[in-house]
Amino acid sequence: MEAHSRMQNNHNNAPHPTLSVAITGSGGSGVVTAGHMLLQAVAGAGYYGLMARSAGPQIRGGESAAMLRIAPRRVDCLDDSYQLLIALDWLNANRFAEEIPLTGDSVIVCDPAAGEIPPEIATYGARVMEMPLKELAKGIDGGRINMVALGILCDLLGLPQEAMLAVVEQTLARKGEQVVQASQTCVRVGYDSDKPLSLEAHLPAVDAPPPRWNISGNEASGLGAVRGGVRFVAAYPITPASEVLEWLAPNLERLGGSLLQAEDELASINMIIGASFGGVPALTATSGPGLALMMEGLGLAVASETPVVVANVMRGGPSTGIPTKSEQSDLNIALCGFHGDAPHLVLSALDIADCTFTTEWAVRLSESLQATAIVLTDQSLGQARALVDPPRRAPAGSGRRTAPPCDEPYLRYRLTDDGVSPMAIPGTDCDLYTADGLEHNEKGTPSSAAQDHQRQLDKRLRKLAGYDYGGDWARISGSGEHCIVTWGSSAGAAEEAARRLTAAGTGVRVIAIRLISPLPVQAMGEALTGVRRVLVVEQNHGGQLFHYLHSLQLLPADAGLLARPGPLPLRPAEIVARMTEEM
Amino acid sequence: MSSSQTVELKPKDYKSDIKPVWCPGCGHFAVLSAVTKALAHLGLPREEVALVSGIGCSSRIPAYVSVYGFHGIHGRALAAAQGLKAARPDLTVIVAGGDGDGFSIGGNHFIHACRRNMDLTYIVMDNEVYGMTKGQASPTTAPDWAKSKLTPHGPGVPSFNPAAIALASGATFIARGFSGDPNGIARLLVEAIEHPGFSFLQVLSPCTTFRPEQKEWKKVVHPFAEQEPTANPVEAAQRIQADDGMSTGMLYRTLVPVWQPDNVATTQVEALEGGFQV
Ligand SMILES: Cc1ncc(C[n+]2csc(CCOP(=O)(O)OP(=O)(O)O)c2C)c(N)n1
Ligand code: SF4
Repeated sequence: MEAHSRMQNNHNNAPHPTLSVAITGSGGSGVVTAGHMLLQAVAGAGYYGLMARSAGPQIRGGESAAMLRIAPRRVDCLDDSYQLLIALDWLNANRFAEEIPLTGDSVIVCDPAAGEIPPEIATYGARVMEMPLKELAKGIDGGRINMVALGILCDLLGLPQEAMLAVVEQTLARKGEQVVQASQTCVRVGYDSDKPLSLEAHLPAVDAPPPRWNISGNEASGLGAVRGGVRFVAAYPITPASEVLEWLAPNLERLGGSLLQAEDELASINMIIGASFGGVPALTATSGPGLALMMEGLGLAVASETPVVVANVMRGGPSTGIPTKSEQSDLNIALCGFHGDAPHLVLSALDIADCTFTTEWAVRLSESLQATAIVLTDQSLGQARALVDPPRRAPAGSGRRTAPPCDEPYLRYRLTDDGVSPMAIPGTDCDLYTADGLEHNEKGTPSSAAQDHQRQLDKRLRKLAGYDYGGDWARISGSGEHCIVTWGSSAGAAEEAARRLTAAGTGVRVIAIRLISPLPVQAMGEALTGVRRVLVVEQNHGGQLFHYLHSLQLLPADAGLLARPGPLPLRPAEIVARMTEEM
Repeated sequence: MSSSQTVELKPKDYKSDIKPVWCPGCGHFAVLSAVTKALAHLGLPREEVALVSGIGCSSRIPAYVSVYGFHGIHGRALAAAQGLKAARPDLTVIVAGGDGDGFSIGGNHFIHACRRNMDLTYIVMDNEVYGMTKGQASPTTAPDWAKSKLTPHGPGVPSFNPAAIALASGATFIARGFSGDPNGIARLLVEAIEHPGFSFLQVLSPCTTFRPEQKEWKKVVHPFAEQEPTANPVEAAQRIQADDGMSTGMLYRTLVPVWQPDNVATTQVEALEGGFQV
């Protein structure tokens, strides 16, 4: 378990101080812009950070919330509560009450001119600091409330004012000098204004900040795709996956590839199969409803051994469900949605930066094994933005094994030891063949002979089951007799919960599974060695990973399950509480 | 990718050694013969041609032709073909299938392939029936055809007019052939393959097993009244409305820019990563 020790160092065990702040406001008040600028200023000050956002039900221009967590080291989940809430106004802000938990120590900054604090928020009993946001902005020619708020936040959070002024300059330069000046004045006024209250916690200064990236999970998935070599994408728009496509469309073009907006997901999956048959690594991005439509096509990819990757950004299901909110409920369909015996890869990204690593790895594995891969991320990763360590590169694999020209007799589905057969790319002399979703013999000729079916099924299983996936199958941290097993975006909250429990004296290890299928069963068994209590943590209603692991007989009979559906994020405290019960 | 071929290929060189599963007398044999003739006429290197299909008797055709083939799933041939062409514009991509495959389960892709106008040739072997699943009504079946157990009173709905839909959806080449005249199909195919854009070739291709009465088609097919295709969609629409569905020849041809990404790289992945650095 060399990987085991390497991974352990990824996280420092001591819980570190973090600050969580939320900004809310009605449509047009500039909440999201302010959030992005704050995150950039946080970056400029040398910190790490995470920003999630939430919006009301309106298609356009409704109220929104930006939720940030700032830390001197990387953060992979939102905190249990917020130290600071600044309301640009209160219109419909009650809708965010559940998403933005406050405590008695929290500070609410709001403008008395904006009216009463909504009861759903007032009930938290937080301290209130009234500030004349509107009046302060009005006093400045071209002044805006959100910019004044940024100045206030900057001061309260202990960020250097220069960092914020620089971000204003950067972000607004294209709007002209006047706008920049006005906004910088707002920031200064907010920064210098009298503040009767202050936050309890403070972030330590960072001396030599390491290189960091500012990236969203969906951008990170797009980057992973092109890092893996993807040069063709076909897709149909769907929330919350569209940003993967928006990032890929212009960038694929620059890289000599292309993105085709398909008429539906039935088309997009078959389009990428066609492109990959042509030798060009191909991917599509979608969410649950789209994945459901793609299942027949995915079976074709498996049977014809045409490598393709689906980046599935999960949202609340079933059906149209909760399109804008996160949930980890597509594991079942990803694992079991295929008809027939169809071995394939299912991976999950463990954090925002890991969307790059895992997507690249999926493409590399898919190409090396001529296999179908589904990468599960979700809305909470995809549509959130973070300051992260630059993601590392995935193992390159062997690349697609192609057939040399005139490889006589050319057998497309040759029964090889490792199950991978050289693929002739159209254009290659002599090796003409027909790829087929009908069961076939080695040559590719349709066959319903029992022997051919058995051999091809064996071969397609062998190539996945026999591959050495190395140590990246999971991120394993901590040690002790108690273990949390988790996957995907839940990893962040689970790992933080384990660090807290460990700091409090009970060692807890976490196995965050990246390669869910085929799960390296032996390595999983080893990772669980010495564990007495297991708690499976995931954000869905049915305990999808829990049942899968039971089906593989990997869990002790008394393993616990914390399965909580979306839309609210899993928070470390609820995992700590549940784990404490288990213990 | 260039070919090392120097010898001139004959139609038989484009035939594979796999024996078709088709029933004796099936119209699809004529299409197979026409495809090999057209490819030989054009002298296309075999490795630079891809034949893509869906599912159905007609869709079995790729395995019988000695080029690169892709036998996909029911109704999705056009999608796979467009992905292939977008990624590999250097290939000659031909798509083939049946009326069920193309107009029923794949109907949406047909519409959008027409309007996308990629440089593809689409052959639909229309026998007004689902041959492979043993004789059910297809979108082109007449409303009173009552021979299927699924629709004992006939489908009871007007049949689908492929040429009208193709025209309305933006196809830039529309023609019709008949299996009784493989040389005629081959001639149309040559034109279709050479046409830059989406070429739709409907072939009246009798199903001798489930529509034996289609043996009579040879008596009723006739050339279009006008020998030359029109480039005017209004004129084309009039011809389609006046047509009894049994006319053969070229109906419509026009030049409209094709959709095709240029796939030219101007940067490297590493350069894109710079954009994320703080
Ligand atoms: C998703 C799906 N639904 C149904 C079928 C069954 N099926 C196979 S071929 C076919 C119809 C074929 O008819 P057509 O495309 O007209 O071709 P023909 O056999 O007449 O040449 C059907 C319904 C299938 N293979 N896949
Ligand atoms: S069933 Fe009809 S379409 Fe199918 S092979 Fe036989 S004759 Fe041809």
